Amino acid sequence: MATQHSRSVARLMMAPAVVLLLGWMLVPLTMTLYFSFKKYLPLRGGDLGWVGFDNYVRFVSSSSFWPAVQATLMIVGGVLVITVMLGILLAMLLDQPMWGQGVVRILVIAPFFVMPTVSALVWKNMFMDPVNGLLAHLWRFFGAEPISWLSEASMTSIIMIVSWQWLPFATLILLTAIQSLDSEQLEAAEMDGAPVLKRFYHIILPHLSRAITIVILIQTIFLLSIFAEIFVTTGGAFGTRTLTYLIFQRVLESQNVGLGSAGGVYAIILANIVAIFLMRIVGKNLDA
Amino acid sequence: MTRSVTPRRKTLNTALAWVIGLLIFFPILWTILTSFKTEAQAIASPPLFLNFNWTLENYAIVQERSDYMRFLWNSVIIAGGSTILGVIIAVPAAWAMAFVPSKRTKDILLWMLSTKMLPAVGVLYPIYLVFIRLGLLDTRGGLVVVLMLINLPIIVWMLYTYFREIPGEILEAARMDGASLKEEILYVLTPMAIPGIASTVLLNFILAWNEAFWTLNLTAVDAAPLTAFIASYSSPEGLFFAKLSAASTMAIAPILILGWFSQKQLVRGLTFGAVK
Repeated sequence: MATQHSRSVARLMMAPAVVLLLGWMLVPLTMTLYFSFKKYLPLRGGDLGWVGFDNYVRFVSSSSFWPAVQATLMIVGGVLVITVMLGILLAMLLDQPMWGQGVVRILVIAPFFVMPTVSALVWKNMFMDPVNGLLAHLWRFFGAEPISWLSEASMTSIIMIVSWQWLPFATLILLTAIQSLDSEQLEAAEMDGAPVLKRFYHIILPHLSRAITIVILIQTIFLLSIFAEIFVTTGGAFGTRTLTYLIFQRVLESQNVGLGSAGGVYAIILANIVAIFLMRIVGKNLDA
Repeated sequence: MTRSVTPRRKTLNTALAWVIGLLIFFPILWTILTSFKTEAQAIASPPLFLNFNWTLENYAIVQERSDYMRFLWNSVIIAGGSTILGVIIAVPAAWAMAFVPSKRTKDILLWMLSTKMLPAVGVLYPIYLVFIRLGLLDTRGGLVVVLMLINLPIIVWMLYTYFREIPGEILEAARMDGASLKEEILYVLTPMAIPGIASTVLLNFILAWNEAFWTLNLTAVDAAPLTAFIASYSSPEGLFFAKLSAASTMAIAPILILGWFSQKQLVRGLTFGAVK
């Protein structure tokens, strides 16, 4: 149907977007790669020459590397487990007939629209402040000693905050997937007397598996690069320095660009490993 | 999907869902409530829920002391500008991919998506350096361009999925009737595409408004949007619950309202059409 003429018009129409994204990808990427092989300290001597893979080795062997990997994995893993599990339960609940379903849905989705700096600061001060925070009041009400959340239980606190932000996303997507489930199948199973758990394992969970995979992959990509939540709460202290935050500190705070860039290359590789899986699913869907 | 359930079960569902919904929403509600308290009431023990003297003074103080309107304006320009620019660039591209698909269309789409996966921190310094060299650091123009680029893949994808839903027969019918390409686009396709474009604009405006990596790292004073304005409250001297709440409420209110309208598009936009 498409003529030669319309093809070239189409190519012309795509050109700006393709060229811009190509530039956006290639220029910084090349620069990061370039810097990663240099000893480059903008405030202390500038470009001090090529150092080969020195930065890559030093980034991995620095004492803050493994704790950062650990912090990253704990945050990503913790948030994924919480949001996916609660998300499934919540999606199943919201799928049930009830009064005011629309309003409840909005209440549940709302945290997703709160900008990261606001949610982090509101949690940090108004809920987790050890003296005046609401959680401190709650603890005292039950006769317990209030916790200094962000220093004593820093990892738990960050996971709580980030889970609160991402639970709506997981719930919304899983709810959309559940709603496409054939309700007759469920009703038939119910009539046949299949117990709730059995129905969940044999009908609901298999139906949701693709949506769950997508939630996990997309969230992982975003969670690997959370920044503001740590920036305004702990500033990377108390064991909450993630890989992203470590690289940020190397690059902008201590202005060790070579080292930070090597870290950046690691981050890019890591994100790409996750991305490959996501793209495969999305690509399959495109054919359908 | 209507299922018949007993009234008792429906009541139970309703109660449980409302309790959980309110619990999830509570931090936002609490922030809004606190913004109307005095500082003393905000830290009162036990906490006050509704039984306090409602006041608007925090809003006045926040505006007066920090020039809230300037940050708000920066957010509007940056989020709005990047979205409009992105849509202008993405509409022709998505159009071409949806209506004149070639063998490479799928590859191009997936490749565009892959640029979205690039971790920002991996390219932080190059962008920072380019910004300094071009004099873009702490300018709204610079952020408009960066946020446009990071959201462009999502914009193209969303538009593509919407455009693909427009039946091709309509185009052929228009062509049979002798419509030129220009007429075809202006009078046939555009009216059908408006809802999709509107949803795309809405979701991307929200994403750009809340973006908090580049806006924090590439602004200082002049171009700082609301994300950075709120972050400035993290310093100890800014620890005033009521004022923090007022500032937060003002920063999130517009988006909460827009978000309410965009909840349907959210799924499509954020899963790249993989969940419908």
